Amino acid sequence: MATPAQDRKLRDPSLNPGDQPYFDACAEGKLLIKKCGDCGKVHHYPRALCPHCFSGKVDWLQTKGTGVIYTYSVTRRGGPVPYAIGYVTLDEGPKMMTNFVDCDLDALKIGQKVKVVFKKTENGSSVPMFTPA
Amino acid sequence: MSVKGKAYIVGAYEHPLRKAPNHSVSQLHAECAKGALEDAGLTKNDIDGYFCAGDAPGANVWSMANYMNLKQLKHVDSTDMGGCSYLVHVAHAAEAIAAGKCKVALITLAGRPNSEGSSGTQVRDRGANLPDAPFEMPYSPVTVNLYAMCAMRHMYEYGTTSEQLAWVKVAASHHAQHNPNAMLRDVVTVEQVVNSPMISDPLHRLDCCVVSDGGGAVIVASPEIAKSLKRPLVKITGTGESTKGQFAGDVDLVYSGAAWTGPRAFEMAGCKPSDIKYASIYDSFTITVVMQLEDLGFCKKGDGGKFVSDGNLISGTGKLPFNTDGGGLCNNHPANRGGMTKILEAVRQLRGEAHPAVQVKNCNIALAHGTGGSLGHRHGSATLIMERE
Ligand SMILES: [Zn+2]
Repeated sequence: MATPAQDRKLRDPSLNPGDQPYFDACAEGKLLIKKCGDCGKVHHYPRALCPHCFSGKVDWLQTKGTGVIYTYSVTRRGGPVPYAIGYVTLDEGPKMMTNFVDCDLDALKIGQKVKVVFKKTENGSSVPMFTPA
Repeated sequence: MSVKGKAYIVGAYEHPLRKAPNHSVSQLHAECAKGALEDAGLTKNDIDGYFCAGDAPGANVWSMANYMNLKQLKHVDSTDMGGCSYLVHVAHAAEAIAAGKCKVALITLAGRPNSEGSSGTQVRDRGANLPDAPFEMPYSPVTVNLYAMCAMRHMYEYGTTSEQLAWVKVAASHHAQHNPNAMLRDVVTVEQVVNSPMISDPLHRLDCCVVSDGGGAVIVASPEIAKSLKRPLVKITGTGESTKGQFAGDVDLVYSGAAWTGPRAFEMAGCKPSDIKYASIYDSFTITVVMQLEDLGFCKKGDGGKFVSDGNLISGTGKLPFNTDGGGLCNNHPANRGGMTKILEAVRQLRGEAHPAVQVKNCNIALAHGTGGSLGHRHGSATLIMERE
């Protein structure tokens, strides 16, 4: 039995000041995280102040767009179609919430290698999602 | 400041309704307040401290204080920690009483999610300016899948099974059969839980709590006032509160803030998990109970699945009777916030006023623990330890 991922309407992200570069990069097929110029640590979701040391010297860092599934859940009730939510551990370290797409949702496994793909929201923003690598 | 022995829970009331389409939320809050005052043997004019959270109309203290016409408040607190707010309120009330700021504190909770058609599979509007929202909301996080992601990782790391999780629901159903107000009174089996429809892997419908209207209230008072009343004495001895988040990307979904609030509460109370005769554990989902029991120290981390199996949480049979009112899984979950009802059943147990079929013998020390928000991203945790004096 398989549950193929289906397209569904995605909510537009309601951006706060400072978020635009992340979504601009998504539109160009790039996944960014943030890195601190003082303590050198990376973080996600992106902040204006480093959440490790409170330095204001934080810069965007382009990731390889690859990682492994930390956890997931296929939500089978409530929405118009089943969908898989989860967290990916990026190769650069941070874990990020995402959806898994373009695959059989019943075949997802923790530890599985995945790579980023970009999907469009209702009003055309690009958001990063992941598919088996 | 330790509040051990500085305040008592003197009044407790649970609204009997589970569906209240013709009650306003304000009316439910006020009816709960009235019930708790009558239970304590106090009157409205005795209240000089008032606590409520985000379920109160306007999410402030003055709207309900105005509705109830509370005229001599000296201490107010609208701390919102989601479902565990009311456990935090008891701790804060004890602190305020110990500091001499008030003597009789009222805490109320009420809501009507059942009448309003709320569901744990709906994406909830979380308000403006949230820094995380643009990076999460496109993925449709909903209450059930946020907890399901924790359950999935817990199973991966510790080998926890759906059958083990099901035992939490089975125990709750054994208790709910004796509660005439409970929404779900039928005793269920492990097989029935694991064969109920899958909502969000690995959580089935019967792994999820009910959606109910209703509410509850408690009154916390100074030792002098508590001892002047005719009710059994329930003393607050240990408290702990904290929050846990995503640690800037270093997400770890297999433990909760109970890992910090539990030890703090036990230290203040001067007791340990094996001293607890009865535990109210927030049961939004079966996994919530398993993780919190581990984090509170009732068993080793990762052994929660084994610990809850074979009826270990059933009163009269198991080592740790829990949620003897049927809990959120079977009894009620007013305002989608289970912290208040956790306090109420612990107070009944300590007073010896639980249903005779589930009353724990010689129940002299009880614990209540709650979670607010979601284990799967950000949550609050609060632990309360109480003793019968
Ligand atoms: Zn830094």
